[in-house]
This record gives sequence, C-alpha cells and structure tokens, in this order.
Amino acid sequence: MAPDGTPDLKVVGTRPIRPDGVDKVTGRAQFGADFQLPGQLVGKVLRSPHAHARIRSIDTSKAEAIPGVKAVMTAADLPEITSEEAFVGEGPADFKDMSDNTMARRKTLYDGHAVAAVAATSAAAADAAIAVDYEVLPHVIDVEDAMVEGAPVLHDDMFTSGLDPKPTTPSNVAKRMVFELGDVDAAFEKADIVIERKYKTAPVHQGYIEPHACVAQYAADGQVQIYCSSQGQFMVRAYVAKLLGIDISEIRVTPLEIGGGFGGKTLVYLEPLAVVLSRKSGRPVKMAMTREEVFRGSGPTSGGTVWVKIGAKRDGTIVAGDSVLKFQAGAYAGSPVGPGCMTAFAVYDLQDVRITGYDVVTNRPKVAAYRAPGAPISNFGVESAVDELAHKLGMDPVELRLKNAAKKGTKAAYGPTFGDIGCVETLEAVKDHPNYKVPLGPNQGRGVAAGFWFNIGGESSATVNINEDGTAVVATGNPDIGGSRASMAMMAAEVLGIDVERVRPIVADTSSVGYCFLTGGSRVTFATGMAVVEASKSVVNELKARAAKTWDIPVDAVEWQDGEAIPAGSNAGDFEPLSLEDLAAKSGRTGGPIAATSSLNAQGAGPGFGTHLVDVEVDRETGHVKVLRYLATQDAGRAIHPSYVEGQIQGGAVQGIGWALNEEYIYDDKGRLENPGFLDYRIPVASDLPMIDTVVIEVPNPRHPYGARGVGEVPIVPPMAAMANAIQDAIGIRLTELPMSPPKVRKAVDEQAAAEE
Amino acid sequence: MARIVLTHSACRQYTGGMAELESDATSIRGLVRDLEVRFPGLGRQVEESMAVAIDGVMHQDDLTAPIPEGAEVYLLPRIGGG
Amino acid sequence: MAKHHISTTINGEPVEFLCNTEQTMLDVLRDELHLTGTKEGCATGDCGACSITVDGRLVCSCLMLGVEAEGHAIQTIEGMADGDQLHPLQQKFLEYAALQCGICTPGFLVASRALLERNPNPTEEEARYWLAGNLCRCTGYDKIIRAVLDTAADMRGVS
Repeated sequence: MAPDGTPDLKVVGTRPIRPDGVDKVTGRAQFGADFQLPGQLVGKVLRSPHAHARIRSIDTSKAEAIPGVKAVMTAADLPEITSEEAFVGEGPADFKDMSDNTMARRKTLYDGHAVAAVAATSAAAADAAIAVDYEVLPHVIDVEDAMVEGAPVLHDDMFTSGLDPKPTTPSNVAKRMVFELGDVDAAFEKADIVIERKYKTAPVHQGYIEPHACVAQYAADGQVQIYCSSQGQFMVRAYVAKLLGIDISEIRVTPLEIGGGFGGKTLVYLEPLAVVLSRKSGRPVKMAMTREEVFRGSGPTSGGTVWVKIGAKRDGTIVAGDSVLKFQAGAYAGSPVGPGCMTAFAVYDLQDVRITGYDVVTNRPKVAAYRAPGAPISNFGVESAVDELAHKLGMDPVELRLKNAAKKGTKAAYGPTFGDIGCVETLEAVKDHPNYKVPLGPNQGRGVAAGFWFNIGGESSATVNINEDGTAVVATGNPDIGGSRASMAMMAAEVLGIDVERVRPIVADTSSVGYCFLTGGSRVTFATGMAVVEASKSVVNELKARAAKTWDIPVDAVEWQDGEAIPAGSNAGDFEPLSLEDLAAKSGRTGGPIAATSSLNAQGAGPGFGTHLVDVEVDRETGHVKVLRYLATQDAGRAIHPSYVEGQIQGGAVQGIGWALNEEYIYDDKGRLENPGFLDYRIPVASDLPMIDTVVIEVPNPRHPYGARGVGEVPIVPPMAAMANAIQDAIGIRLTELPMSPPKVRKAVDEQAAAEE
Repeated sequence: MARIVLTHSACRQYTGGMAELESDATSIRGLVRDLEVRFPGLGRQVEESMAVAIDGVMHQDDLTAPIPEGAEVYLLPRIGGG
Repeated sequence: MAKHHISTTINGEPVEFLCNTEQTMLDVLRDELHLTGTKEGCATGDCGACSITVDGRLVCSCLMLGVEAEGHAIQTIEGMADGDQLHPLQQKFLEYAALQCGICTPGFLVASRALLERNPNPTEEEARYWLAGNLCRCTGYDKIIRAVLDTAADMRGVS
C-alpha cells in the first residue's frame, strides 16, 4: 500500500506501447474507407446547393438510365418516422429530425443537405445527374437574426417550448430554458463591482481527419452487415434500425478503426443510405464523404452569443452570476445549450446563479456533439468576464480564481455538492509552474482560464477470456479513438496480475460483445474500464476456485497475488503457487474454459477540472497572434496511461487554440458555405504551435476502482478565454468575438489607435 | 425524507415554479413515481430526460439507485458528451 | 477511353497497373493496388494524410496523377518497415504515444522520413515547418515533434 492508502499498482500508471500501435504505424490498420467487399458499388450523395428550399420534385429517371447506375434513392425510400425523442451524443434529439437530416424530405434546410443518393459501378457513373426542382426560400444564418420577428421560419410546426403561455406562431426558437439557484437579483445588490458584457463564438467543426465512410450489405434474407468507422457500433445499429424500421437483430455492425471523432461521429449520415442502396441494388455499397461533404453535410458544434453579468465584493468574492446563452442548433432543434448553461459558472463557489438558454435553428448543418458540448461557449464568456473582474479589482487572475474556486463540499453552481475534485489543485499547479513567471516582452501577454466538464458513465460490457496458454483476450464494444485499448488491457492486466503484453484487447462487433454506449462523454476509461475490472475480478475468482479444487481446500483459503494462486496462510496448507498459465492449461480438467463477462451501468463519473495558461505575442501590423508557450493542468483522477492522458490534454488545448484564433464557417449572401476545405477552414498546424506543457493532477475518483475520471473533454473548455485574456494582456484590447483571426485583431488595433488620437 | 431541488425550468414547469420539495422516496424509481403522482408529467420528465444527483453523485438511467434518509437530490438535464 | 498501362516501382518492387487519365495516384494506390495505408483526408493537398515520396521527394499523392508514376520510384507507408523491423521513426512514434486515432500517422511518418533524409539534425522549428503540411487533429503535435527530434538524435548516434 502507498502512504495515502491506495494500493500499489504495477501496470496502471505505466506507459506501455499501445496494442494496436504497430498496425497504425505500418498502414495496416483498417479505417472507414479502407474496407471493401467483393462486388461493391460506389455510393454518392447529391446535396442541396441552396440554404433553404422547397423540393418541388426529383426526377431520377435520367440517372437510372445511365449504364453502371444500379440504384437511386430519395427520402421517399425512407420510412416516415413519427416524432420520438432520442438521447444522442450531446443531448435530446428527435428521430424524425434525424431521418430528415439524413435525407431531406420536403425542404432542404442548409447548403449541403442530402437530397438523393446513387449507387453505381464507378464513381463517375455515381455522379449521375439527378434533376431536382427547387423553390428557393429566404434563409437565415446568424443565430440572433433567426430569433427576430419576421425571420425566415425553418419549421412551421416549431413553437418555442418553455414559454408560458404557449406561443401560437411558429418560431426558430425551439426551446427556452432557465436554470436558477438562489436569489440572483438580491445577490447582485450585495456586489461592489459588476461586470457585464456580451460575447460571440463561431460554429466550429470537429475537424477529424478521416471523412465519414462505410460499407453496407443487405442480404436477400434481410440481414444487414455494416462496416464503418464511428464512435459506437451499437449507436450505428440502433439508429439504422430506427431510421429504416429494421429489427436490431437483423443488423450487425463491425467497427473499423476511427480516424478521429471528437463527438462528430456520434450519429449516422451515410449508413442508412448505404443500406437502402444495397437493398435496392442487391450489392454491397461503399460510401465515403469528401472533405467538402464533411464540412457542408456533417455537424459542427454550435456558435452562439453569451451575455454575462457577474457581481463581486471588493475583496474578490464573486457573489452572483447571470447569463443568457443563445445557441444555434443548425437546421434542427438540439444545440448543447443545456450543458452550456450548467457548466457556465461551475468552476466557482457561487450560490446565486441564473442562466437562460435558447436553442435556435438556422439554415446551417445540424450541430453534432463536439468535446464537452456547450461548455466551451459559455466558458469563453464567463472566463473572459472573470479576467475583466480581476483587472478591475487589481487582483492576480489566478488568485481571484483560487479565492472563488469550487472544492470538496462546495455546492456546485449547477446544484449538487461536489465530492472529491481537483479544481484548486489545477490552479495551484499553474501558479507553481515556471511558465507563470517567465518575463514578457512588448506586445506579449499572459492569459489564464479554468474550465469544467461533468464526464459521464453509462452502459458498458466487457468479456475477458483466458486462453489455454494463460494469456487473455479482453473484448469491449467501444471504438478506440485515442488509445483506449491500451487502458483496457492495462486495467485487466492489473487485476489479473500479469504483464500487459499478455492481454490482447479487441473492439468487437455488435453481435460478439454485450452492449456498450458509444465512445464519448469521456466515459470509456471510466465506465468500460469498470466493466473490464469487474470481468477481470470475476475471472480471478474463478481462477481461485480452480486452485481451491486442485488443492482440495475451501476457496476462501486461496489468494490471488501477482498472477498466481497461493494458499491464504499457513493454515490453508502447504502448496506450490499455481500460476495463471498452470490453471489455464488445466482448465479443461477443472471445469472448462475460464471466462467472464460484466455488463453494468456506471454511475458517478468524476467531475473534471482544468486550468490553462498561455503566453501570446500579437503582431500589431498583421493582427497575427503567436502562441509563445502553453500550459494545461488537469485533474485526471488517476492517469491509467499517462502518455495518452497528456495527449488528450494537448490535443484538446490545440483544438481550442484553433477555435480561438482561426476556425469559422464563411457563408456567402445566398447561404452557401464558402470555405468547405482545410485550406480555408484553417485548423492549427505544427508550425503554429509551441510544445503544449501539461501537469496531470491526480485526485482519485472514488467511484472508479483505480480512481480514473474522464479526461478527453475538459481540455477544450478553457483555451478560448485563456487566449482572449492573453491578447488583452498583450495589447490592452478585450476581444469578445471568436475567432480572433488576424483581420479582427488588426481591426481592433486600428480602432484602438483611432480612439487614442 | 429527502430534499429534492429543481434547478431547471424543464422541471419547474410541472410544479408551478416550485423549486424545492420533499419526498419519502427511497430510490430513484420511487421518486419518479412520487413526482408523477404529485405533479403529473414530472415523473416521466425525470425518468426520460433528467439526471439525478444524489448527495453529489450523478445518476443517469439508474432507477435502482437508493436515496438515503436526509439526502440532497438535484434534478438536472441529462449529460451527454462529445 | 482506354486505360493507361503504367510501369513503376513501389516500395522497391516493380509494379504495373492500369488507370484512367484522371485517376490520382492516391486513388490508384488505394483502389487499384489496395495499398490503403496512404489515407485520404481532403483530396485537395491540404492535410498530408496521403503523403508518399516519388524518387525521394515528398508529395501529396492526391495531387499527382497515376500516369505520372511511370518510370519513377514510389515509397509508401507500407514500405517503411523492413519486414517486422520497424523504421526508427515508427518505433519512436509508438514509444512517444505520438498518435491517438492514427489516421494521420502514415502521412506524418512518410513526411518525417523525408525530412530526416534531407536534414538529419532539424531544429524544432524546422521540424514544425516541414510537417506543417500534415494535419493532426488529435495530438496537438507535441508528441509527434518530440518523436521526430528524438529519432533524429538516435539516428545521428547521439542521445
């Protein structure tokens, strides 16, 4: 035992080479677009060139006559779905909307909305001309424009929910929600200083490098096979079944490697279409999006406006927080404004909070989950405002946060009382880091921001099979996006007491392992990890039973230590230890193969906190912001594989830097996306960045056997405000709108100069 | 007896704006039943769409979770993730 | 129109293939030769996932036509390891956890090898600029750059 009472761990906390690593560095790993079936056709989607249009008619006859074209489909080939709420990656969505988003039925609601699809023997033939007669309608792109009276209405059956009395005219505001604790108005009365400002963020795409891709095969007996990359093979199975009206038992989904998701692959786009095209053509159909299609047709996260008002005492105690969030959801209701509300002030010990949220539809692609959905948007406003407060008070921004930080026993600003959390520790780690004290030059500035994400648990299954040579196979149903096979193998090896190289983790298809909710919400290491640990413990119990049988002693007289069964004490008898290999080799003679499955619904995911510190240099001539150094501290509970924890933190931080500085959708006046490619939608490249320093804090999560908390989402929460605060520190200008791209920075500098003249 | 706190308008719409109430329920399933009886629609809302934090620990889709005597229970919108 | 008959060398082996005029080298590699280690991330030369070398020069195979391979020596990720002996860059990427999802990894490895062949002792800045044409959305590049610089040091015999 370690001094703090935690057990000594031999595998957890080490840095073994990931089990799928060699496949991925040699090009052998099969990603979504790498798989093929004999005789497969190429499927392609025809997309709307209009932001908002009524489909008068679709004529597929010419396309069907083209040699090589084997099937053509439109929304008429999809069953009409009645409205039914589903809980997808980031929150409630409606299957009817999901169906309509998969293929437009009566109206197209954004540039890029799928209207038809073709399967053909060649890509050229699949580009077949399909004649669509559109009636172009007025469109609306901006979230606040969409809310004004007289704005083009996307859905004439959408009436704002959450209003009393219920409205009688349709609106683009799907929902209004209010989240309230304490008495905010009274609390502001007690404040000495009040900061109030409005901020705006741009919708940003998850930007995974692998476009969506799948192969589907519909057999004559109605059995469906789907091979695809996604954040959850069980999610694909469930949604395809629902959207096509097929029994789940008819569908088998085999997960391929996934080339990044970040939330953007928590739903289906191509899979239902590929199944329909396969059914109509009688052949397997492969579909892959181009990069342009990824940008035009798949979900970014919301952009939104964030109005923030915070009140504080002169000593720096924050006493009240009020905020209004307006999130655009894209073409259908379902932005992450709910979690945006709840996370807004979660870093702080604050009892009087009110947040009003609006979920607003616009003529843009329906948003999808993106890392800590909603939190980065509200955090940008709140953490910018807290920085402004620090300036007003003349307080160090880290000290101000430490004074107000949530800790164990604090009633969270979203309600419940926090248990063991590491918010203060991440702030202290920033203060103690050398980066905090590096002297800055002219036009250089330092910014800090802290962030929070809930993390989730949920349903997971794992099977552990002991092979006859004493090695083990661990099967789970969660696609490995960032090294989770390694974590699963490590936790199994820890329990079994064997080398991690003797454990082979696999990601199994939907017919070969128990149900697992998708890979998202930072849940896999926590929840699926718990299933792996439970299954491994059952295996150990079985191994002890086999040893007891072999020795003819009671099972509770057997202990498992370092991969061996040993007698529990001298009273138990004098026996030579039986290793896992010994017991596995003889398992046939002691009762049969040794295996165990655990299926559970993990509760009590540990809340995650992180604090980021960034130094920037602003070029006043060009408006370019250079990141000089970057530090991200985060509570991981317990880092199972520290390298991949660091990697998650670094990657999240850099996505946040892109969100802060460059990433945005540019629409022309017709509502067409003008930058659907990586040249003009600029994600960070290596030369934009310094090394990303990390400090991993470990405040164990008591609900996980090794103390793990989710780590993947927290790191994208603080960067935008940290960058804005650093720019403010560098040039004395508070930028309130993302991205803080060179033209915007330059404009702000010019305005500052003009004002000084 | 547990203290039930409704922070969100999605729940308060069923209680006429009431933000706090008490319940004798000893599990989330019991709470769902109790709320449905007292505020028709609220029980279903909690079962389908809300997370339940019991003494600070978040539960989703977990009807069997016990609610201890004197517990502080928050009803929050469900959390997803990316 | 009839297909073109192309004779080339891929990963040291003589290879012949048929392709259409408009087919890119990326499509030839993936669809005709089933060398799917070379990835498509954009097909517009912006992401580097399809990096290969042609006579030692780093190119995006999505910007090259299949017919242009005639008579040249192509190297892809599949030719980087020597049997089961990984290239030092491949080994170092694993040790440094320089990949998360792994989709950009083949392109980074091919590009990094091209860098070290030209410049066995790159500075961090040189490595970052050389690899600026390869996009990674997962790692934030930190561990990739460290792996490349450490491989360079190892290959120079200092460490």
